[in-house]
Amino acid sequence: MLGYLRRNLSLVVGLVLLGVLAAFIVAGALSVDTGNAQPLSAPALQPPSWDYPFGTDRNGRDLLAVIVAGTPLTLRIGFVAGFIGVGVGAVLAFIAAFYRGWVDTVIRSIADIGLTVPQLLVLIIIAVSLRGSLTVNQMAIIIASLAWLSPTRTIRSQVLTLRERGYVEVARLNGMSGPEIIFRELMPNLLPYLAATLVGSVSAAILASVGLEVLGLGQVEAPTLGMTLYWVNFNAAIINGWWWWWSAPLVVIVMVFLGLFFLTVGLDEIANPRLRRSV
Amino acid sequence: MRAVYIVKRFGVFLLIVWLAATLNFFLPKLSGQDPVRAKLLAEASLGGYVHAGLEDMVNQYQKKFGLDKPLWRQYLTYLGAVSRGDLNYSIANYPRTVVGMIREALPWTIGLLGVTTLFSFAAGTILGALLAWPRAPRWIRWLMPPLWALHAIPFFLLGLVLSWLLAFKFQWLPIFGGYSAGANPAWDWAFVLDVLRHAVLPSLSIVLVSVGGWALAMRGMMVTTMGEDYVTFAEAKGLRSATIFTRYCMRNAILPQTTGLALALGQILSGAVLVEAIFGYPGIGALLFQAIEENDFFLIEGIVFTVIVALGFATFLLDVVYPWLDPRISYRQA
Repeated sequence: MLGYLRRNLSLVVGLVLLGVLAAFIVAGALSVDTGNAQPLSAPALQPPSWDYPFGTDRNGRDLLAVIVAGTPLTLRIGFVAGFIGVGVGAVLAFIAAFYRGWVDTVIRSIADIGLTVPQLLVLIIIAVSLRGSLTVNQMAIIIASLAWLSPTRTIRSQVLTLRERGYVEVARLNGMSGPEIIFRELMPNLLPYLAATLVGSVSAAILASVGLEVLGLGQVEAPTLGMTLYWVNFNAAIINGWWWWWSAPLVVIVMVFLGLFFLTVGLDEIANPRLRRSV
Repeated sequence: MRAVYIVKRFGVFLLIVWLAATLNFFLPKLSGQDPVRAKLLAEASLGGYVHAGLEDMVNQYQKKFGLDKPLWRQYLTYLGAVSRGDLNYSIANYPRTVVGMIREALPWTIGLLGVTTLFSFAAGTILGALLAWPRAPRWIRWLMPPLWALHAIPFFLLGLVLSWLLAFKFQWLPIFGGYSAGANPAWDWAFVLDVLRHAVLPSLSIVLVSVGGWALAMRGMMVTTMGEDYVTFAEAKGLRSATIFTRYCMRNAILPQTTGLALALGQILSGAVLVEAIFGYPGIGALLFQAIEENDFFLIEGIVFTVIVALGFATFLLDVVYPWLDPRISYRQA
């Protein structure tokens, strides 16, 4: 186990980054009053000090509390949208790749065309049309509405290579039904790959949510990481030299993205051992 | 064969345009909103009292815009207007049309994205090829981890850090806008230099992030290509290593990169929207940001539609060029 981890350094880096972040959030949730993530709960614009280790913003929010309360919200959007995306994507991909024919043509065309379109812009249109500021859960659902496109495409091509393997042939000759082959033969072999896809989709969903929020389409009173950056931009915190306001959320977001990215690379290596030799 | 292929690709492009227009038309209807009523109500409450004749006004406007007709009539009218390039008026900047505002912003975005994308594609591809090449100088290998890390970060986050470092801390570069306030937009050196200086920060945040992505993809392709038999054969023939590197390895590895380019355009654009919003760069992204703030629904719709159409067209062009770059792909397959 240890020997393997030494060879798969990306996996270790990813897990460590996310682990440190998780430990920090859990410790924070136990010791910090997240009520201070609301405006007017602290003096405004304090640089980091003993009382407010991350400083406070212009609206009187304790930024430590904002991070502790907001990071799980942002991650929740990512996980909900990512899970729905990969779930729907996997089902469609299995149907398309296993049964082929016109079903495949339709599913593949939709995914291909959908992927050439800039997703953030379509999400903006959806978000604006549904208006009333979006709650965290609504945001997750909206992002999920496009999050299945990319998993469908990648998982489909994986299934296509698997379905020609000998053991699938044997299963078919044994009289297994289609769904049975999908769940008992194909799924287990694709699990590491599905995991890598899931991590990738979670990361993409978080990116989309932060993007929508920075553009001002998030829930104004939610202390998510994206909304914090929205306020940073709104108040021109950079020109005004309030560096602590943006550095804490920035570090957390970078940790999330780097952690998820290295985790994907590590899982890819498990899913596709041939990579180990070459890259 | 070639003509059939091109026509087919063009059909896909038209399909994208039609889908985008349809989405634009039906999405707002689905949510049961009424932009005219919403806007009039907002205006009225700004004025401090709600006009007694507001309902009549709403009805008048709806008649004027044809909103009292059955849905399918409205849809056809809408498609007709869109195909004539009429994307309605901006709600927040009334006498100005959406098309006019987009036309003003578009050159900025095309300039910014065109230059940064081509540059980072070229630089990343060369760098990635060198990363995989065993005879490349050693120091190149050290670029790998930072490139890798940068690549996982969204454009605009790097933009925040860069603007703090270069614009606030050292004050080398302007932080906001496309040119200095009060500068006289003319084709002279002073203004061009001013524009270039303002473009440095947004470009840098896009280039630094995307170079890593292209380099990583190219490196992967190079590693596979270098394992091919014909490369071993070329080595056995005693060809110069530079020839093997450029003609045998890069030439073949670069092809999937171009497909990658077509697929990445949408993502690059989504990222650039945020960069422009952060830097107030006067392109499509900043316009979109402003439209969202002003709740200018027609402008948002118009921008999204225009961008989807523009990207669809760019993808179409790349699709047409691709088989010409790679003789292995026949027109028939695609």
